[in-house]
Amino acid sequence: MAGRARGAAPLRQVDPRARIVSALAFAVVVTGLSTLGALALAMAAALLALGCSGLPAARTLKRMAMMDGFIIFMLLILPFSTPGTPALTLPFGVVATVEGFRLAVEIGLTANAVILMLMALVGTMEPVMLGHALARLRVPRALVHLLLFTVRYIEVLRAEYARSRVAMRARAFRPGSNRHTWVSLGHLIGMMLVRALERSERILQAMKCRGFTGRIPLLDDFSWQATDRRFCALFGLGLLALVALEVALVHLA
Amino acid sequence: MHIVDGALASPVVIGGAIATAGGIALGLRAMTMERIPAAGVLSAAFFVASLVHVPIGPSSVHLILNGMAGLVLGWAAFPALFVGLLLQAVFFGFGGVTVLGVNTFNIAMPAVIVGLLLGPMIRRGGAHAAFWGGVGGALAIALTTGFVAVCLALSGDQFLPAAKLVFFAHIPIMAVEAVLTAAAVSLAIRVKPELFRAMETQP
Repeated sequence: MAGRARGAAPLRQVDPRARIVSALAFAVVVTGLSTLGALALAMAAALLALGCSGLPAARTLKRMAMMDGFIIFMLLILPFSTPGTPALTLPFGVVATVEGFRLAVEIGLTANAVILMLMALVGTMEPVMLGHALARLRVPRALVHLLLFTVRYIEVLRAEYARSRVAMRARAFRPGSNRHTWVSLGHLIGMMLVRALERSERILQAMKCRGFTGRIPLLDDFSWQATDRRFCALFGLGLLALVALEVALVHLA
Repeated sequence: MHIVDGALASPVVIGGAIATAGGIALGLRAMTMERIPAAGVLSAAFFVASLVHVPIGPSSVHLILNGMAGLVLGWAAFPALFVGLLLQAVFFGFGGVTVLGVNTFNIAMPAVIVGLLLGPMIRRGGAHAAFWGGVGGALAIALTTGFVAVCLALSGDQFLPAAKLVFFAHIPIMAVEAVLTAAAVSLAIRVKPELFRAMETQP
């Protein structure tokens, strides 16, 4: 029964493997869509999934907006760099085109719908459960072990980094836009890597001491249930509906 | 630096996924069970390093340090950086799903190139190690932005201005990464030169 949280948000009760595969299928289908109607429906589906995921909606949408901050420049350039029917003319003969606006909206909707669905379906898992589910989905064992080690030590090393920054502040280090700051941070990173390697040597010793034979057992015992079948059927129907709407809209146009 | 879903042409996305699968396979071959703890903890260290914000001019940038990753991890940089990007997409919502292959390739391939080209110079140690570290730090960012620009340009002419913007916006980042990597290399080579052989066969 591991891997399921009873009484939690509906999506969290679905088998992790089904959630991963669904998020992937959603990504592939939605990147293939090009009509704004179908993309809007995909975005609505992602928002619905967010509602059923138990993630704090405000914080998740803020994260998504942060990603949009990175791509906003590219999206803002597109109307002006795409050839086509002029939609609006700015001074100095700069022309924005209808096709360009369409493309920018298309990319924006696709990117946000896919990442939101991923966070709702997969981002709600414990990182360790994600690793175990990937192993059950036949992802190479070495890659899964690497993932499990990475998630285990990110928090440890983040705390170490934070302690180092406190130590630097105690010695009157004030970050600024100058060479001294960059060199100091470089030394800090170098030291972090050295310590990481030394830590890994101790970990290996400890593992060998406990009879490590090169295989990390996966304790999670996933079981496929009626809920999972229902979820997969429903999700599959949803994807079919997206494709049907896309085809219908393309034919109408 | 992250490309999102829906922006690239399908051949670019598929090509990136295949190339990354190949790179990960090569990287995993170098990663025996004995070396998985080292690869895992170092991968976590690079993940944490990528969250470090460095002041530059009026704003700040987050580090990539893929040059350093290549020098330390070699081909294992592929699986290590893939894991980092996967975690960022799933838990932070950065990047995308179908573009995971392209994004990994754009960051990990430059890392591997820097590791293969400059690794020997750095392992020799001495006063020049820091210099070559700096060259590697700048080269990795230059290659990454170049790859990102090529991916965008291959996806359509309308992306050309965005591709140029990406390239020029990263010139100051190149300088920061060069200084940082040089400092990190100069410290590590004195304190623990084995760091640059972490993924090599143990004696």
